[in-house]
Amino acid sequence: MVHRHVISVTVRDEAGVLVRLAGLFARRGFNIESLSVAHSETPGISRTTFVVAGEDATIEQVQKQLQKLINVIKVVDHTDTAFVDRELMLLKVRVQTPEDRVEIRQIAQDFRAHIVDVDRSALIFEVTGDEGKMTAFIDQMRVFGIIELIRTGRVALPRSATEQKTKPKRPSAEAA
Amino acid sequence: MTGSEVLLKALENQGVELVFGHPGGAIMPVYDALYDSPIHHILVRHEQAGAHAADAYFRASNRVGVVFATSGPGATNLVTGLATALMDSSAMVAITGNVPSALIGTDAFQEADVYGITGPVTKHNYLVKDVNEIPQIVAEAFYIASTGRPGPVLIDIPKDIQQAEFTGNFEVAIDLPGYSPTLVGHGGQIKKAAEAIRRAERPLLMVGGGGQVASDEVMAFTKQTGIPVITTLMGIGAYPAGADQALGMPGMHGTVTANRAITHCDLIVGAGLRFDDRVTGKISRFAPKATVVHIDIDPAEISKLVKAHVPVVGDLRDVLPRLTEVLEPLDIGPWWEQLSEWKGKYRERYKTDKPLVSQEVIQMLQDATGGDCVVTTEVGQHQMFAARLFPTSEPRTFITSGGLGTMGFGLPAAIGAAFARPGEQVVCVAGDGSIQMNIQELATIYKHQLPIVIAICNNGMLGMVRQWQEMFYVERYSEVYLADANPDFAKLAEAYGIEGHNVFDRETAARIIPEVLAKGKPVLLNFVVYESEKVFPMIPAGAGVDQMIIGDQEPDEEVAEKVEV
Repeated sequence: MVHRHVISVTVRDEAGVLVRLAGLFARRGFNIESLSVAHSETPGISRTTFVVAGEDATIEQVQKQLQKLINVIKVVDHTDTAFVDRELMLLKVRVQTPEDRVEIRQIAQDFRAHIVDVDRSALIFEVTGDEGKMTAFIDQMRVFGIIELIRTGRVALPRSATEQKTKPKRPSAEAA
Repeated sequence: MTGSEVLLKALENQGVELVFGHPGGAIMPVYDALYDSPIHHILVRHEQAGAHAADAYFRASNRVGVVFATSGPGATNLVTGLATALMDSSAMVAITGNVPSALIGTDAFQEADVYGITGPVTKHNYLVKDVNEIPQIVAEAFYIASTGRPGPVLIDIPKDIQQAEFTGNFEVAIDLPGYSPTLVGHGGQIKKAAEAIRRAERPLLMVGGGGQVASDEVMAFTKQTGIPVITTLMGIGAYPAGADQALGMPGMHGTVTANRAITHCDLIVGAGLRFDDRVTGKISRFAPKATVVHIDIDPAEISKLVKAHVPVVGDLRDVLPRLTEVLEPLDIGPWWEQLSEWKGKYRERYKTDKPLVSQEVIQMLQDATGGDCVVTTEVGQHQMFAARLFPTSEPRTFITSGGLGTMGFGLPAAIGAAFARPGEQVVCVAGDGSIQMNIQELATIYKHQLPIVIAICNNGMLGMVRQWQEMFYVERYSEVYLADANPDFAKLAEAYGIEGHNVFDRETAARIIPEVLAKGKPVLLNFVVYESEKVFPMIPAGAGVDQMIIGDQEPDEEVAEKVEV
């Protein structure tokens, strides 16, 4: 079965580590839908979040191959676990009339989107949330004319109090 | 001390006595330091050969092989050797020079992104950024290369770091949170495996390259259980080919008995192997009735291709004795009756009324040595004949490029094996195509007067490709003909100072083989053999193990009809 998987990979922060990760996905013919990388709570350790779609068996194989990389410390597939995920988007929308401006600001309020830049003919919003919220906001803005947008890709953490060691038995709660 | 001196000292600390290599601009400081070092350096004539020699040095001795090369072309020439070692799980450490740090990324003379290029063909690689890291990196490299599933590791050292003054110390601590191979098998899984083996009526043990370090454990297990044994190409020598319980090699050019056993068995214990496609054929037709017990040190191999019903991750040296301990002799009389019938009926067959054939030559080598030698092979028809007719009985003595199938491997591998096992006879079985891919190493062999007999099965063709063109490309022989421009191999050997003979008939072959084997020095024998000989049995690509072609125009009807998949 082809599913989308949100995979967290904890790595030692060394030059070239991202190339190794990306190379592995590429070699197995995966298209990475999104990827985010940044430092974790421990100095020298980074946490990355991949979103990829693939056959379950193949994704499992990729996880094992990732685990084989020497500077990969931990691999967690969030697909069957309870996890929280967010992404951040900057969206620039065209403002043509004063009426538009009012309406756009009203919609943005409903989405708890923040205005981060104001121009006479455009506004830039910062939106955080899950994927559904991003999609809905984009749909709402499309009628006014989206000039450009950029998204960070998803970042995810499991919900339990302790660090996630292995696949827990809890059924999927928020899996995409 | 300079970085170069530190490097050599760190290698000494790892027990390195000998390295293979080729100098060049960006690694000159290391070669300068080598001048005063007790480490013995073997100058090869091509970096690829150095990599294969280092790889074979490990395969023959279980000691990590080391190769030096310079930046750019020197390093890229190692790539095939690294990929070969990675595929066959061979431990080696490659040290490459690079342009000075300040020039990295500027397209400097002889610069290549070696760290980037070699990432996918190594178990791990390093780009050294600080001279004081060298002892730690070298220690980690040897640890990673030789533990768990062995593999090649590369260390790339910019020239300025080779020259930099060392202010650190040689204390090292292995702290790799992302690397902890599972050596000890899970008790519950071993119990499940034992239960499955006890229940089986038609069990089969299949031993791969992992068995090369566990031949005693394999022997004890097979003695205790009485289980039939097949050894893959990489497993040859891990279990004696001549033993009563041995059924030979499985797969594309495996024996009829081994392949039929796979089709009919109700349990298969895969030990230290990865179920390569040349072994399994079409996966859905591989061991369709069997419960699969898969024991391997690499968890990523479990259920990668063949689904494992009972996976056991661990070292064979731990898992097999624990199974042996709890198992009684298996009650599998009827299964053995069937296997013995096949084994008796399907022996190696080849015609000796035609001109000389490769199989005869290889059989003569087997008879003359009794298998008591180190065999290396190139890649092609002769490799498959050697695997079946010239399998050695000791572990670490049959050295061949299995996974990557690298033509040009056999001759440099013979050099590595000769240095790893001084005083032992080495026989390199080659084809006229493969041998020309690293023929320059005759110089290295001459220089050190290595006891290597090079036996070329010269059919004037790229024989394996020719065979496929005959069988699957309606005899359209595209670019496989070599005879019209092959050198006179005996003269070529002589040009390098090596004794060479061209042999055209079986009488001369039978006389000359025992003669040259007694000499303890390099000899090249060029056997001119029948050009159209094919390797049988054969499983066509994409077909199942049960769809063997036993001989020319002779499908294995007996099995094909019985199996429903």
